[in-house]
Amino acid sequence: MSVDPGRDETTMTMVAAINQTLADEMQRDERVMVFGQDVALSGGVFRATDGLLDRFGADRVVDMPLAEAAIVGAAAGLAAGGMIPVPEIQFLGFSYQAMHQLAGQVARFRYRSQGRFSMGITIRAPFGGGVRTPELHSDSLEGQLCNIAGLKIVTPATAADAKGLLTEAIRDPDPVVFLEPLRGYRGIKGPVPSGDYRVPFGQARWAAPGDDLTIIAWSYQVEVATRVARRFAEQGISVGVLDLRTLVPLDVASIVQAVERTGRVVVVEESAPTSGYAAEIIATINEHAFFSLEAPPVRVSGFDTPYPVGMLEDSYVPDVRRVEAAVSALLRASA
Amino acid sequence: MLCEMIKARIASDRLWSLQRQGRIGTIAPINGQEATTVGASWALDPTHDWVLPQYREPMALGRYGPEVLNRFAAWAIGHPAGGHIPEPIKVFPPQISLATQILHAVGLAWSQKLQQQPGCTLVFFGDGSTSEGDFYEAGNLAGVLQVPVIFLCQNNQWAISTPTNRQTASAGFAAKAEAFGIPGVTVDGMDPLAVLEVVAAARERALAGNGATLIEAVNYRLAAHTTADDPTRYVPAAELAAAQERDPLELFRRQLEDRGIWDRSTQADAERAGERAIDDAWNWASHLPLQQADLFDHVFAKPTTRQQAQRHGLDAFLKGAQ
Repeated sequence: MSVDPGRDETTMTMVAAINQTLADEMQRDERVMVFGQDVALSGGVFRATDGLLDRFGADRVVDMPLAEAAIVGAAAGLAAGGMIPVPEIQFLGFSYQAMHQLAGQVARFRYRSQGRFSMGITIRAPFGGGVRTPELHSDSLEGQLCNIAGLKIVTPATAADAKGLLTEAIRDPDPVVFLEPLRGYRGIKGPVPSGDYRVPFGQARWAAPGDDLTIIAWSYQVEVATRVARRFAEQGISVGVLDLRTLVPLDVASIVQAVERTGRVVVVEESAPTSGYAAEIIATINEHAFFSLEAPPVRVSGFDTPYPVGMLEDSYVPDVRRVEAAVSALLRASA
Repeated sequence: MLCEMIKARIASDRLWSLQRQGRIGTIAPINGQEATTVGASWALDPTHDWVLPQYREPMALGRYGPEVLNRFAAWAIGHPAGGHIPEPIKVFPPQISLATQILHAVGLAWSQKLQQQPGCTLVFFGDGSTSEGDFYEAGNLAGVLQVPVIFLCQNNQWAISTPTNRQTASAGFAAKAEAFGIPGVTVDGMDPLAVLEVVAAARERALAGNGATLIEAVNYRLAAHTTADDPTRYVPAAELAAAQERDPLELFRRQLEDRGIWDRSTQADAERAGERAIDDAWNWASHLPLQQADLFDHVFAKPTTRQQAQRHGLDAFLKGAQ
């Protein structure tokens, strides 16, 4: 299926799309620089920055000391000084060690300085479960990040969106946390438009159209939700999947349309449910589309536990079976 | 420099009394740290060198123009314009989250190096801040990157009520430079000429491409930590009295008098100029227009749909409440 008819497309993995986009943006604007742990010599632990050092040199592709706050804090200074930093946090779970710089500084520099200092920073970080990592490598912190005013939170689910949204992020004058699904780096593959391709923030995408129920998801869970939708389609039940693409800014209008169209909503997230972003989505539905609901909205989340060890994670991360069960239950309850 | 130090002391005392009158919020006086701040700023080139203050220094950065004090007065009142120091003044807004600005300084100096700009970055922080992780991360990073940054530790002996021997077992704060692979220098922070000299040397190193320097300026906090603090609970009276004997304004004034370049009339002129500076700043700051919905300004370059809706909601609510 074509992403953008009329354009040349190449099929590639999500990590390849990210790598190519970084190279394109560095080529386009020499202020763009990439830095983080192991991003230069080794090309990143997921190879997202592979080849950039050879192409753009050691001033613009920089291996940093192992210190997350230094990576994010230095990015703030670089941005104030006119550079366009694209730092990488090796795993989102380690951003706790940079949270004071991220939430306390980067997110509010424009506000504190009333427009003097833009923080045009794109912080890339892999996140999410399913690949048997040690502790803290799989945490989904997007709900926490969305609660920090001043950050844009971007969660691509396809290779094409990885390119379009990353391009948009790097050109955005404000700080963006760009979340890349661990499982999606090589597990997600698809057509990617060539040339200058941008996807604007705040515009959700119908990953699958549907009339009976909408699954709202982001990042890798869009893939899970799409598989669930296909299984229901085989039974003649039309389940739609709304991919939010960006959590901040949030496309409230598309969420409202989805509720008006289907009356039933399942929201999927990989984090703990309490104060997670699914709760925000459901509150938004209650505020704007309550009377279009056929049944109370449902969320499928992790649990109110820390992210568990490898032998337990399949029960924690929402998968096709759990999402399918939630959809079935909601359809039964509102039949 | 003495004029600027007097101006800073007068501004500090004025802001203190404005807080006591309930006209501004919490304020941290600079008394005792004027020589360090002014001496350091005198070594810098305001056209090319950045200054990242903590929260006391802005009242002593007249070297960067009167606008810095204007904005600081607005900041003290709680007006959003206080954080906006306009282009092209190379001064950051006050920093409340201690030590975070040290990393910003390294990033900023890094940008200067990458863009081959003819300047450096000086960052102020206190003795307490050296216990923060950001101080170590910044020193380490500056050493690795060899960026043109000057770390200026204002060792005023107290982090609120915590004395320096509860911050570190090191032999002084400059000693920490050794671990970063950069030079560390200790200087008498009550003497503006001594501070000027070491900062000028550090600046020369930075501009020559030789990287960072850590300077510990040893001074003394002659006033309370802030208007919300009661130092009589913990500062030994004898120690404070001894420090007052070394009040940098008095020491420097006597030095200049001995050289015959300062007298009662220059002192009176400097005091008048100081009063006028804080008068002007206060006058400017207290007449700035403000709408409550301004609280939504400058979160992002362009507000989100949600922020716009919230702004309209607040506006409508406030109009209805009138």
